[in-house]
Amino acid sequence: MTAESGGKAPLPSVLRFENVTVKFDGEMALDNVSFEANEAESLVILGAAGSGKTVVLKTAMGLVRPDSGRVLVFGQDITRMTEESLFDIRSRIGMLFQESALFDSMNIEENVAYPLLNQKSIQCPPDQVLPRVEQALEFVSLAGTLEKFPAELSGGMRRRAAIARAVITEPPLQMYDSPTAGLDPITAHTIMELLIKERDVSRATTLMVTHRYQDGNLMANFRYNSENGALEPARGGVRRELRTRFMVMKQGRLIFEGDQDRLEASSDPYITKFFKQRE
Amino acid sequence: MLDPLKAPILAVQDFFQLTGRALRNVFRTPHYGDDIAMQMDSIGVGSLPVVVLTGFFSGAVMTLQMAQALSDYGQVGRTGNVVAITLARELGPVLTSIMVAGRNSSGIASELGSMKVTEQIDAMRALGTDPVQKLVTPRLIATCFMLPLLVVIAVFVGTFGGFLIADWFLHLTPRQYWGSVWRALAWKDIAEGLLKPFIFAVVVSMIGCFYGLRTTGGTQGVGRSTTQAVVAAIVLIFVLDLLITKIFVWQAAG
Repeated sequence: MTAESGGKAPLPSVLRFENVTVKFDGEMALDNVSFEANEAESLVILGAAGSGKTVVLKTAMGLVRPDSGRVLVFGQDITRMTEESLFDIRSRIGMLFQESALFDSMNIEENVAYPLLNQKSIQCPPDQVLPRVEQALEFVSLAGTLEKFPAELSGGMRRRAAIARAVITEPPLQMYDSPTAGLDPITAHTIMELLIKERDVSRATTLMVTHRYQDGNLMANFRYNSENGALEPARGGVRRELRTRFMVMKQGRLIFEGDQDRLEASSDPYITKFFKQRE
Repeated sequence: MLDPLKAPILAVQDFFQLTGRALRNVFRTPHYGDDIAMQMDSIGVGSLPVVVLTGFFSGAVMTLQMAQALSDYGQVGRTGNVVAITLARELGPVLTSIMVAGRNSSGIASELGSMKVTEQIDAMRALGTDPVQKLVTPRLIATCFMLPLLVVIAVFVGTFGGFLIADWFLHLTPRQYWGSVWRALAWKDIAEGLLKPFIFAVVVSMIGCFYGLRTTGGTQGVGRSTTQAVVAAIVLIFVLDLLITKIFVWQAAG
């Protein structure tokens, strides 16, 4: 199942799953999943807990190997790549993990600087590291926390620091695993604001996994206004430009792929549950 | 029918694969010097108090026990002899390794296990670092370096503990005690006493890392890994101790 966005010329493919199946201890985690993400597109992956959303992201990064099928990232087949050759591909992907996954033993400065210092393909001059870390933390409104350790920050602040770490290298593909899970509504909105800001500033391809429909709705219908520094509804041509597609996962299978209007028109009870929770 | 055996055999295979990768990484770049130094501090310096205390008291109690046994043969004067050999060949390496296993195999398993369940290991891989190179190899190097040193300290402190007992309760002169210690120890005993902790160090660190990295199931899983790591490390230390001792005895006889 692939969907072309609104009759426009197809953009280069950034990520492509071809009949990917993943099993954990004999249990099916992904069942014959195929989809494609093109340049500058946003994909919102909805699904209940345990539906395989996170596995999609981890498979796309080569952290989980498929049992069958192929995964192509930036046109390269990563299915059989060695861990070392995957490092180069991974340096072009920014990933926000579900629980932030900041390194406990390092302070925020070291955490955010980690990709700059450890990814071989990223040649960052040593004197540029600190200014870039400060800039990335400024972006997520966390300036002044350089010396703090992750345990000293609140859940929302940790999530923001993890976003800074994920986007500091300006990767062309950005993946967010349940960015708002476990956060209060106000903090969740702030995080979504940041992700939309990052998407609109970097024009990167974005994959967001979530079980909250309102996150996807924000992603599809809002844009970041750099003049007043806030989100505003995207209308008409701007909305089409956002190119947001929705995917719905259920028990490891991809059961829906399409734009928001098609999603809301669906009569599948599993799918309708997601957008009805908004009301 | 053989299905129940499948999981343990696969686990053993995974353990050897992890150990192989960790050993290979010793000779490959990048080397994380800071991590090695930090682990040496935590494993070596951190274990010093407990190792000194265990060494001292085991040496002291061995002296009391041996003196009593030897008095039946009128050989109390040779207590230092027996104590030195027992400490250098057996008690020093085994007791020290067990203390370090209790302290560090569990510490390593819980630290790496927590990192695993909070996706920090995945994040490390995602950010261009091999977790074996960054986390396992430094712990292996640090333990292999520090454990033999700790054993040397434990054996010395234990022999000194024995001396205090010999001096206070057995009324042996320092010359009698230290003379018999010196005469008893041969190069072979030193070699056995240093080879054992080196091998036990591989067990202590690799078992900790192995159970840590295969943790699943949240915080409960971390607790389970920690317990399994300590139990497995201690049992393996005893099994390997018997094997190594047998090889040395067989060599001496040959």
